[in-house]
Amino acid sequence: MTIIGLVIVSSIIILTLIGPWVSPYDPTAINVAPPPNPSPPSADFPLGTNLLGQDMLSRLLCGGSVMLHVALLSVLFCFIIGVPIGLFASYAGGMLDKVSTIVMDSFYAFPGLVLAIAIAAMMGRGVVNMALSIAVVYVPSYFRIVRSQVLTIKELSYTEAARASGARGRTVLLRYILPNVVPSIVVVATVNFADAILTAAGLTFVGLGVGIDIPDWGWDLTQGRVLLPSGAWWVITFPGIMIVLLALGFTLIGEGLSELLTPRLEQ
Amino acid sequence: MDLRSYIVARVLLMIPMILLLLSIVFLIVRVVPGDPVLLHFEKKASEEAMAEMREELGLDQPLYIQYIQYLAGLLRGDLGKSMAPGRDSISQQIFSAFPATLELAIYSMLIAVGIGIFLGVRASRSYNSIQDYIIRVFGTVVYAIPVFFLGMILLLIFSINLHWFPAGGRIKPLMEPNGLTFYFSTPPGGFLQVFTWSFLAGLICWVICLFVIKRKKIKFWSKGLLLSLLALSAGWIIYAFSAWYLMSCEVIHITGLYTIDSLLEGNIAKFVEAVRYLVLPSLTLGLMLSGVFIRLTRSNMLETLHLDFVTAARARGLKESSVVYNYALRNAFLPILTMMGLQFAMLLGGAILTETTFSWPGLGRYLVDRINFRDYTAIQGAVIFFGILVAIVNLIVDILYAYLDPRIRF
Repeated sequence: MTIIGLVIVSSIIILTLIGPWVSPYDPTAINVAPPPNPSPPSADFPLGTNLLGQDMLSRLLCGGSVMLHVALLSVLFCFIIGVPIGLFASYAGGMLDKVSTIVMDSFYAFPGLVLAIAIAAMMGRGVVNMALSIAVVYVPSYFRIVRSQVLTIKELSYTEAARASGARGRTVLLRYILPNVVPSIVVVATVNFADAILTAAGLTFVGLGVGIDIPDWGWDLTQGRVLLPSGAWWVITFPGIMIVLLALGFTLIGEGLSELLTPRLEQ
Repeated sequence: MDLRSYIVARVLLMIPMILLLLSIVFLIVRVVPGDPVLLHFEKKASEEAMAEMREELGLDQPLYIQYIQYLAGLLRGDLGKSMAPGRDSISQQIFSAFPATLELAIYSMLIAVGIGIFLGVRASRSYNSIQDYIIRVFGTVVYAIPVFFLGMILLLIFSINLHWFPAGGRIKPLMEPNGLTFYFSTPPGGFLQVFTWSFLAGLICWVICLFVIKRKKIKFWSKGLLLSLLALSAGWIIYAFSAWYLMSCEVIHITGLYTIDSLLEGNIAKFVEAVRYLVLPSLTLGLMLSGVFIRLTRSNMLETLHLDFVTAARARGLKESSVVYNYALRNAFLPILTMMGLQFAMLLGGAILTETTFSWPGLGRYLVDRINFRDYTAIQGAVIFFGILVAIVNLIVDILYAYLDPRIRF
């Protein structure tokens, strides 16, 4: 499963990297196709054109970078925010732990997309803003997993031994606990990639995407909705399938990894 | 801890969480952007027009006073005024949009749980076979599809190409409710009417449940059913009351759920029409959620099917379907119930996208519509409503769970 996921994800990444060189037309140039637009797939335009007369194949080849950027950045933000808070709060315990748990829980209970929409609507367009608003939604899941792991590992005898031999709190936390927390964070992060991609697509769909002048699968899908009554299936189908594949790829990797790391499921 | 003190503790715990949620939303919408009015006009309005709007919406006050006013308003069920020229009450708009979302949510959840249990049970019975594998792939793929993409594909196939179902909306314009509705010309009578109806409904549910308990002698299901039905009718009473209160003497529908209203009216044509409009949106949302339930049912059934009591039931010569559905599946009921509560937030997020895809006039479309208008006070109101709704649903599920499984309380 992990292999299939890895193949899908890496081929999409490669596709997006080489996209700008191999795409037959400029993905953002309008009216590269003669009217009528949108036109169905033809020899000149293998995946058809959209309402603006843009070539869908070129847009497909170049459109992945927005999704990948947003997903990567949001996972990175989650990592930077969620992991340290989880580590320090749960290792320190007491008031700090209680307060941060309550704060994280109330974020966690909030319907994710609604929160992301609210933040994105306030912050305006842009890849970084989108990534930030998605990150806020998923930080609590990092915090939770780190916290539960730290609480268990803290009590294990090897950390006890480290402490007894005079290691400082920081050393225990970073040298002895962190390395054992990392595998579960990696699993959460991979699954998170899929969620971030779907949330990014959702944000774009409600009109909070990156904008018209950057090729983006989410944007193409959103535009395709208006064209549905005319039966223009090609405008939504291809970018939609790409998003599904990307999300599916990450989900498969995540599932494979978690099965690898928690052998209980094998039985 | 007995059940009562558990409930009290749980409700008390909810207060700081809701307060925190409200503060977070206030922070995001009012404090972070600086001035919502400036953002609303994109700096394209005169200074006077902006000052006027600030005064009308109370945005000219210092932040801490705004915060207090905002909390005080919420206690009265008042979410403030919209930035749109009419300055409509946001609470009123939300309450008129909410039944549409509720109807979509209920049917989607039913579809998701139905598909989830059916396919999950099939997969677990044919463990590691082709069928199991296909169902698992289905569950994973369905989760990875953006819900609006699924919606558009269904729309393209079943509505635009096959013309089986309408392409969007909630009912034919001519069929908008005008039949059996409550008119509150005089508030006391109106309130009594709603209250009587809701009370009767609650009572009927209860009596039916008691009857079932007596007849069937099954404790577990009937207890859960009884409690949930009571919760439902109690929720309905609260809804009807607050709707009456907030819309102060305007027309409301009996429940606002078209499928139920039309049946209460006895209008079969309208019922059929309402169902036709409902099929594609609820199927879309239901399919998206079903993946989780498939996985949950499958893993639970796999554990249960090996237990002794299932073998004992088989040994007694019961039919296989009876063993699976009456014995083994009943053990999966609790996790499914919990999952229904946990997935509620996900359901609402999906509803926003589904409503936008199908032009379904619910809360999600209201939110998206307000975003396009840069109506920040309305966005704030809608977000708060979603948040509180989820908090309340989680509370109900937690209490139900504690009631059904005493281990939780200790």
